[in-house]
Amino acid sequence: MTFFGLVLLTALFVLPPAQAQQPALDVSEVSPGVFVHIGTIALMTRENEGAIANVGFIVGSDAVAVIDSGGSVREGRQLLAAIRTRTDKSIRYVINTHGHPDHVFGNAAFAGEGAVFVGHKNLPEALRTRGPFYVDAFRKIMGDSLIDEVRIVPPTLLVNGTRELDLGGRKLVLQAWPAAHSDNDLTVFDEASKTLFAGDLVFLEHIPVVDGSIRGWLRIMDDLGRLAATRVVPGHGRVSEWPEALTDQRRYLDTLAADIKATVAKGATIKSAADTAAASERPQWQLFDDYNARNATAAFSEIEWE
Amino acid sequence: MNGPRLLCLLMLCGVALVMRGSPSGAAEPVDPWPGLVQDIFNNRAINDGNDILAIEMPYRAEDAAIVPVTLRSKLAPDDVRRLKTITLVIDQNPAPMAAKFELGSDARVSEISTRVRVNSYTNVHAVAELSDGQLYMVKTFVKASGGCSAPAGKNVEEARNRLGQMKYRQFARADQGPTSGPREAQIMIGHPNNSGLQMDQVTHLYIPAFFVDQLQLWQDNSPVLSMEGGISISEDPNIRFTYVANGAKTFRAEAKDTSGHVFQKEWKIEDSGT
Repeated sequence: MTFFGLVLLTALFVLPPAQAQQPALDVSEVSPGVFVHIGTIALMTRENEGAIANVGFIVGSDAVAVIDSGGSVREGRQLLAAIRTRTDKSIRYVINTHGHPDHVFGNAAFAGEGAVFVGHKNLPEALRTRGPFYVDAFRKIMGDSLIDEVRIVPPTLLVNGTRELDLGGRKLVLQAWPAAHSDNDLTVFDEASKTLFAGDLVFLEHIPVVDGSIRGWLRIMDDLGRLAATRVVPGHGRVSEWPEALTDQRRYLDTLAADIKATVAKGATIKSAADTAAASERPQWQLFDDYNARNATAAFSEIEWE
Repeated sequence: MNGPRLLCLLMLCGVALVMRGSPSGAAEPVDPWPGLVQDIFNNRAINDGNDILAIEMPYRAEDAAIVPVTLRSKLAPDDVRRLKTITLVIDQNPAPMAAKFELGSDARVSEISTRVRVNSYTNVHAVAELSDGQLYMVKTFVKASGGCSAPAGKNVEEARNRLGQMKYRQFARADQGPTSGPREAQIMIGHPNNSGLQMDQVTHLYIPAFFVDQLQLWQDNSPVLSMEGGISISEDPNIRFTYVANGAKTFRAEAKDTSGHVFQKEWKIEDSGT
């Protein structure tokens, strides 16, 4: 090799990261063939590239299913890279547990993979009406280079009730739920490993976020708890035992609903509810100050109709 | 309704996750207030209203789609003047005129609370017209947490089922007489109050505006309060107010929306409820 060639070769190795190969998202194999990336417990920022939700994939004998694509196309590509370091099986499904940005913004990274996008029957409408807002809002926070490539990719395979998907000798049971965390929550149960990907129907460590119906969420919690999983991948927080993982969340939502009900009953205002509801829960959750007052407002505007 | 301003266009109904970014780094926006005085008030003289009216809003909105606002009269009980109308203006909103309240001449409404949508950091003005023909203004400043912090329409199916449902409620007060005297009450109407500024991301057409534009409230046949509302009023318009009951037996509400629906309901004044 000439001297010039050696310089060139060296230059290739010291090129800035933009030119280098896409790094793979850090994932753990929580059970054979079941891989999970645990998101940072934080708000979506430029620095964390929106990687705040738990995302993962399941590998069957024929194909792969991705569960949520992350909070940016960059994260989606890193997830794809993580899949490709472990298998070259085709990605048959990209399943979105619901329509919030931290779970769907990475969808475009999978657009060229021939995968079918799967979601709750209400997800297309949710994305249709909120998609542009999410993109615009997060552009202001995360910047153009992360958000310009985001595409809102709605599901074409819709779940109403339950539906089974097969990855080749590996059955996934998908279930669409009535309004709870959002109005389009979908869970994915891997029968082989008894792992439940709960999406944001389950929060650990990260304060639960009410963006659907607090009463609805409390109503489904028993049925959720009865699913025959031994392990849950929550939408946020660490992989945990099932159904024990529901304990903290149920307590938070019960407390919030009770506080709000009392506030409404005594005729106090929505503003006072935002200031005082579920105050006892503050030490138990991360991001409490970012979400609790908003949860209280949402719960109030729901419970005042009772 | 003013034409939508592109800067604020898509920010009305924001995201589920709270954003803590500072407002857009774009050039300082021009103060829209002088233009609004022109458009809404015909350039009439507006006096300082700090002795007439108070406006209360949270400095930082937890949920920019449901921001509480309270308007409170500061007129002394023996003041010969009375409040005729109060216009609420959210300066930076695409439709800045949030609501115009007309106070019934015999109802002595002294306080009105509702919930509004706030786009971004903004002044909010309340302009009262008194029976002396003069306008009086107070203002406050609201930060909508770096943008919008929650979209309206959390539960689309529930909202559809609730369209036009109305609830009336009376709140107990220490100074309340059996059928007359000061009274605090609340009216709620189930309605998505779609702004018309939400874009359908598939068709790239705007989801049509569909909102309550008029609400009227009576005690028997005596007007208590009416509201001319716009898209800055939150989903499920909620008006809470203090007035003087005149011994009327019934409370009546009529709401109209932009699709021509008329919702009517009547309640016996002793009971509150649905």
